[in-house]
Amino acid sequence: MTEPVVISSPHRHMGMTVRDVMLRVAAALVPGILVYAGIFGPGVLIQCILAVITGLATEALILLWRGRPLRPALSDGSVIVTGLLLALCLSPLSPWWATVIATVFAVGLGKHAFGGLGQNLFNPAMVGFVFVLLCFPAQMNQWPAAPVEGTTSPGITDSLAIIFVPTDTAVDAVSGASALNHMKSRLGLMEMVSEIRTAPIYGSLGGRGWEWIALAWLAGGVALLALGLIRWHIPAGFIAGMTVFSGVAWLLNADVYAAPLFHLATPGATLGAFFIATDPVTAATSDRGRLVYGALIGALACLLRLWGIYPDGVAFAVLIGNACAPVIDRFTQPRVLGVMP
Amino acid sequence: MTALLLIGALLACALAPQFLGPPPISNRSTVRQARLVSRIDSLLPQTQCRQCGYAGCRPYAEAIARGQADMDICPPGGPDTVRQLEQLLGRSPTHSAPIPTSTTDTALAHIDEALCIGCVKCVRACPVDAILGAAGQMHSVIPAACTGCGLCLEPCPVDCITLVCGTGRPQWQWPRPDPATALTA
Amino acid sequence: MTRALHAFPGGLPLDHYMEWTCGEESLLQPLPERIVLPLQQHIGLPATPIVSVRDKVLKGQRIGAASGYVSVSIHASTSGTVTDIGDHPVPHPAGITARCIVIEPDGEDRWCEIKAVDEYMSVDPRRLQEVIRDCGITGLGGAGFPAHVKINEGVENAVDTLIINGVECEPFITCDDRLIQEKAAYVVAGTRMIGHAVQAKHRVIAVESDMPAAYAALARLVGDDIELVQVPARYPAGGEKQLIQVITGKEVPSGGLAIHIGILVQNVATAAAVYRAVTRGEPVISRYVTVAGTVPRPRNLQVLLGTPVADCLRTCGHEPDPRQRIILGGPMMGQHLRSTNVPITKTSNCILVQSEPEPAPELACIRCGNCATVCPVQLLPQQLYLDARAGNYEAARQHHLFDCIECGCCSYVCPSRIPLVQYYRHAKSHIAAEERRRDGADHARSRFQARNDRLRANTEEKPDADAINTAAANSEYVQAAVERSRTRRQARDATPPEAPEPHD
Repeated sequence: MTEPVVISSPHRHMGMTVRDVMLRVAAALVPGILVYAGIFGPGVLIQCILAVITGLATEALILLWRGRPLRPALSDGSVIVTGLLLALCLSPLSPWWATVIATVFAVGLGKHAFGGLGQNLFNPAMVGFVFVLLCFPAQMNQWPAAPVEGTTSPGITDSLAIIFVPTDTAVDAVSGASALNHMKSRLGLMEMVSEIRTAPIYGSLGGRGWEWIALAWLAGGVALLALGLIRWHIPAGFIAGMTVFSGVAWLLNADVYAAPLFHLATPGATLGAFFIATDPVTAATSDRGRLVYGALIGALACLLRLWGIYPDGVAFAVLIGNACAPVIDRFTQPRVLGVMP
Repeated sequence: MTALLLIGALLACALAPQFLGPPPISNRSTVRQARLVSRIDSLLPQTQCRQCGYAGCRPYAEAIARGQADMDICPPGGPDTVRQLEQLLGRSPTHSAPIPTSTTDTALAHIDEALCIGCVKCVRACPVDAILGAAGQMHSVIPAACTGCGLCLEPCPVDCITLVCGTGRPQWQWPRPDPATALTA
Repeated sequence: MTRALHAFPGGLPLDHYMEWTCGEESLLQPLPERIVLPLQQHIGLPATPIVSVRDKVLKGQRIGAASGYVSVSIHASTSGTVTDIGDHPVPHPAGITARCIVIEPDGEDRWCEIKAVDEYMSVDPRRLQEVIRDCGITGLGGAGFPAHVKINEGVENAVDTLIINGVECEPFITCDDRLIQEKAAYVVAGTRMIGHAVQAKHRVIAVESDMPAAYAALARLVGDDIELVQVPARYPAGGEKQLIQVITGKEVPSGGLAIHIGILVQNVATAAAVYRAVTRGEPVISRYVTVAGTVPRPRNLQVLLGTPVADCLRTCGHEPDPRQRIILGGPMMGQHLRSTNVPITKTSNCILVQSEPEPAPELACIRCGNCATVCPVQLLPQQLYLDARAGNYEAARQHHLFDCIECGCCSYVCPSRIPLVQYYRHAKSHIAAEERRRDGADHARSRFQARNDRLRANTEEKPDADAINTAAANSEYVQAAVERSRTRRQARDATPPEAPEPHD
């Protein structure tokens, strides 16, 4: 006869589970996705749906292979958030196979190879993204053109065609340089920042269109803070790290280094600060540690943007931050009450 | 050619420990050896029952340290002791014998005073002097000192000693939560 | 003199639901059919019975004496006959039994003779401690630590601040609130008595900010000698270490006691009990218990110790329902009761009825850090959980596992529904069992070594022993005994062993 289960206190719970947290994070992404689709066409929606479906299917297959129960893992919503973040980092013009490969790699190798939810060392979405970025650099550089006069964003049929049956002409018709890409290549041609900024693809803060998306992510992030789903330390650290790093560079030479506000008004920065770096599984755990972790990622992202070969360094910065999280944790543990240092 | 030789040498160094046994203990490390024996001994249950085949817990500890005895042949220690020894020594038992289950779960020897003839044989047999008695006098087990090893049962000519299991209420312990059946609030 | 208060880290702003029970007068719980008094209702050694079965006892009569320093006495809650001294179910999450004295009330409720301590303000504090111990006073806030031990430590060491804890921070519980409202004079007088016994420089009575009636009741009675403080309502402000931190800003050293930093904390009910014990000789035989939750008539009751929980629930109109969970204590730290056939003891402060929740699967830890944010001791609950789950109990101890006060804040906020407190309790009891085993092994090892030394020293056998042995072996009695055992052994070897009974 089995012993009846012994029940321990507490006999109450706050009510929110992992699923509640994940679904609310996904909900906070929705306004930004809508703004994105509004400015650059429905391509981003297709990518999101594709990534989420691929993620769920991959997770289900892997769980069956591992002999684990499907329901608790699939219903905790974490793969939905992974899929959405991955889709938002990829270009809306990415071919479908790039999205699928990225998602399979993210869920399979970035998450389940380590043991599943809570066990992974690196942010799965970033693992998937970096993998396709390194393998297919050309396809990853196809960004939609900025919404200036004379360009139209692709409609639903064009988007579906570009994603599922890509031809070079169709893609070229709608693609253009992203703001970061443009800035980097022009700086490489020894132009000055002030000159580059006069190009029509730039808005008042950053890239035209892209700055609105960045603001939408910022609004989503503030909503997460207000709901208590994330704490302020990582976003604050990230923003501080990026501001300080780019600020020092800008003060030293404003012609070669863009102002901090330019860097912050990019979707990569705000999405990274509030949604990607705040992934609890891979971040540092103590509040002090989180400040350091956020600052490290913000500064590294900026460093890679300025001196790396890729236009945006947030993904790599996040991965390096993940690797440093255990060390950061080790040295930023809070003092236990009653233990004198 | 030199590259091949170099690779071969590296492979040999890397794979050698798989084929050689553990390194022999050098004479210079007798102090370290003694310390290791003490540490192994501190993990053994000290019933001195000799079920492992050695004359007591310390000789068994010495044998483990010398690499002559395997670490999983102590029934009173049970799986907990095997695990602790694994952690201490950084190696696993070779499982030459099946892991014994603990047999002395709060077991105590009990002398039936009506049958005892006062022959002192059990007093002499007890490794921890847990039996009070003198020649011709009544013998009695000191419950606080008895480890339940059972060495007193055999020498008794009138078979008046029994091992009573479950005497002395073991302290209740909180069980480890089982994720499958967790009943939380 | 208003004192500046500090804050403790973490904690939770929980709803209290006090309005259900703190406004009404407490009811006297009627005499039960049977009084079951566990011999251990406190931390330390159980009391030793000093009565026998079939003895007639009077109300307040001492029936169990303290066994040693860290132990208290037990007294009969009513007059009657002792019907049993044996194992009976006691409040415990696994439903185990413990040794109890069972009394059948005779309905007369006759008191025994009790005597006050004369001139208690000028008497030797040691006399006061004896009275406190002999009247069975333990920490009535729920911890159950013998009061005389704490006060003795206070007498031996300098006490800077005496804090009387009326901060009821757990939801639903209002027994201390009601006690203060109805017996504020006892509380204040008891505070003065303890303060005098330990020569405390400052005396403070603390209540929570959401206990205005209690505050008013005390404010009328405290003079300049006692400071009345209201602490912000936040769970677990009523925990000893947390309250000390709020009121004085000091931290109790890890692994140490409050007295090491010159502070003594006692519950309001303990203070009231001290007053009764010293001025009237009344022992602890009843206490206030809140009955709350899903009951038709939630109320505070004054219950005689040893009354079954079921009787108290019936008074409040509760019908047994298997879909409900009965908790002895509050929702955060209370014990789950498998049966209501257990007695109210000195540490029972509340009976809470909740509907049985849906079983929630325990998911993997997502390292969100909620637990560390709310921990009032600033531990790393995540790390302790990982250590406990992996069986690295020594690592858990080094991460200050034993500083955990088991308040339940971490489990409350865990989105993965991990029963963190149970992991810590499991680790603590495992470590305690290991220590007991280690002590037993050390004891056996030293006896073994002593025996070996003795044998080495005895180079020759005593000749007398052999002669006696041979003579004994030849006697008729011995021959008969050996013959009996031989036949018994033969019989045993001849018959096959029976299959063991299947366990139930």
